[in-house]
Amino acid sequence: MASVQIHDVRKSFGGFEVLHGVSVPIEDGQFVVLVGPSGCGKSTLLRMLAGLEKITSGTISIGDRVVNDVQPKERDIAMVFQNYALYPHMTVAQNMGFSLKLRGADKSEIDQKVNRAADILDLRRLLERFPRQLSGGQRQRVAMGRAIVRDPQVFLFDEPLSNLDAKLRVAMRAEIKELHQRLKTTTVYVTHDQIEAMTMADKIVVMQDGIVEQMGAPLELYDRPENKFVAGFIGSPAMNFLEGTLKVNGGQPWVETANGAKLPITAAPAAANDKSVTYGIRPEHLEFADDGIEAEVVVVEPMGSETQVVARIGTQDIIAIFRDRRPVAPGDKIHLRPRANSAHLFDKETGKRVN
Amino acid sequence: MTTIQTSMPEAGKVIPRSSAWDRLWINRNWLAMWFMLPAAAFLILFLAYPLFLGVWMSFTDDRIGRGGVFVGLENYEWLRDDSIFWLSVFNTLLYTIVASAIKFAVGLYLALLLNRHMPFKALIRAAVLIPFIVPTVLSAIAFWWIYDSQFSIISWSLIKMGLISHNINFLGDSNWARASVIFANIWRGVPFVAITLLAGLQTVSPSLYEAATLDGATSWQRFRFITYPLLTPIIAVVMTFSVLFTFTDFQLIWALTRGGPVNATHLMATLSYQRGILSGRLGEGAAIATAMIPFLLAAIAISWFGMQRRKWQQGTDND
Repeated sequence: MASVQIHDVRKSFGGFEVLHGVSVPIEDGQFVVLVGPSGCGKSTLLRMLAGLEKITSGTISIGDRVVNDVQPKERDIAMVFQNYALYPHMTVAQNMGFSLKLRGADKSEIDQKVNRAADILDLRRLLERFPRQLSGGQRQRVAMGRAIVRDPQVFLFDEPLSNLDAKLRVAMRAEIKELHQRLKTTTVYVTHDQIEAMTMADKIVVMQDGIVEQMGAPLELYDRPENKFVAGFIGSPAMNFLEGTLKVNGGQPWVETANGAKLPITAAPAAANDKSVTYGIRPEHLEFADDGIEAEVVVVEPMGSETQVVARIGTQDIIAIFRDRRPVAPGDKIHLRPRANSAHLFDKETGKRVN
Repeated sequence: MTTIQTSMPEAGKVIPRSSAWDRLWINRNWLAMWFMLPAAAFLILFLAYPLFLGVWMSFTDDRIGRGGVFVGLENYEWLRDDSIFWLSVFNTLLYTIVASAIKFAVGLYLALLLNRHMPFKALIRAAVLIPFIVPTVLSAIAFWWIYDSQFSIISWSLIKMGLISHNINFLGDSNWARASVIFANIWRGVPFVAITLLAGLQTVSPSLYEAATLDGATSWQRFRFITYPLLTPIIAVVMTFSVLFTFTDFQLIWALTRGGPVNATHLMATLSYQRGILSGRLGEGAAIATAMIPFLLAAIAISWFGMQRRKWQQGTDND
């Protein structure tokens, strides 16, 4: 096991730079999730860590060793691919033991290590099968088994769950997390799914357009997103954004929207009066009230444990989630009150957090 | 022709019983037969009939312009004691084995090269196909000049370089002639092997190579443990075809050497043509041609059983 230091890494394809100086410190044993929309450079970063892509500038170290010019096989990492990349002509056991075979390990050692990994992942019964004969979840487990057998310093996962159906994805998510808790191997996991990031990570790195927008613990990112992008990306359903101007008239400050609604905030941020801001409020931080913002119910989605309501304020739709059941129907006029201490304020131009 | 009764028959009316012919005409199983009939007729007329006629002729003493009588195995008994026939069998085997082996090696190497990223990839791939596109007789004429005893460009170049002092008699010397026709055949046959194997290579997912790289495989090991096993099905097919084409080759030999010198390059196909058509002894020519069948069946059988062994391609798909 080892820590990983990614320092000011850049990557260009031809003259086109896709990573603009990314730095991510990863502690020994940490589970780090790189998350972002497609094309943000997260997979490229992972492939550079694996040694499948050259590093244009900057350094990547695993443990104390800078690995920029180290061959992939010398890096002591194991990777799980999105399409699993199982060798179709080898049995499960051969797939898992392939790296040991190449290393020249003797047969009893290969058998022993393969069996140990098979036990961890409950693959014993499948060892003589070919990848074709396995289901998606089983293939996924074999791919992880192949990584475990190598007992690497770092596990790399490249969107490993995106080929699975929703139910299996939830199950495998828990399985990967449990595996990490058991093996405590440093793990870098790439996904575009923020729920995977939230549920699995010790540390989330949110990326967009080749830069790191924010990194931190899942709830840290959820509670205090540093900018509008992170605020909108983390959390489902996404945070509501309302455009408005900041009003600080001596006492209690508020944000006023174009149609006159007053959105409460607790403290006046260090910003001038009448500044244009984006007011962010998560769906679960909206409450029914008698005197809140007036909204018209558009859609009601009861989910049992909670009810999602899409409501229209002026011309804008916002989503609210309520845990208590209340008889609302499309067309109803309701009043919503944002919880002032859960409101997020972002600069309208830069998108940076201002409160 | 036929009507299908959909409404209830009116009372008192007699339902006409369909005839056997009508039933044959609408029965689902027979319908399939009717649809296959045109294709079957085509195959019978142009493939099966000539094949069986040829085999039948080999048991007669047919000559051109005069029908023969059944003579049993007489033609084959003649051939058994015919040293030229056995020479042609040897030539054919030598020609097929050497040319196919080299075509496979060169074709595979070329396919691996063409599978890499390089500038003008599409253009180079197209260029590789040229020998395959040029009509055989045309390329044979070109080779004829290249191998000419007096004007050969190869001899000329080697003399200019000071490596030899006399022209090489490419098509006049037995061993040179064999080597020359084999080379010409390889030149023609490599593109087919290369392009087909290239198609096979492109079906191998790049992530398998990446996974193997991370597993610690060198480039040779990636070829040995990933590329080659995944390519075996297509290798089996392409090499079966290559062997069949080479074994039955006629055009190139006939245009270059006509089987000479002193039958050194006579293949079974050319010998069959010479005996059957030029000498007019159809029965004997047919016997030589028929003698090729066991070899061809053996080649097909080998690749067939080779293909059946690959368990990893079978089994249920769980996708």
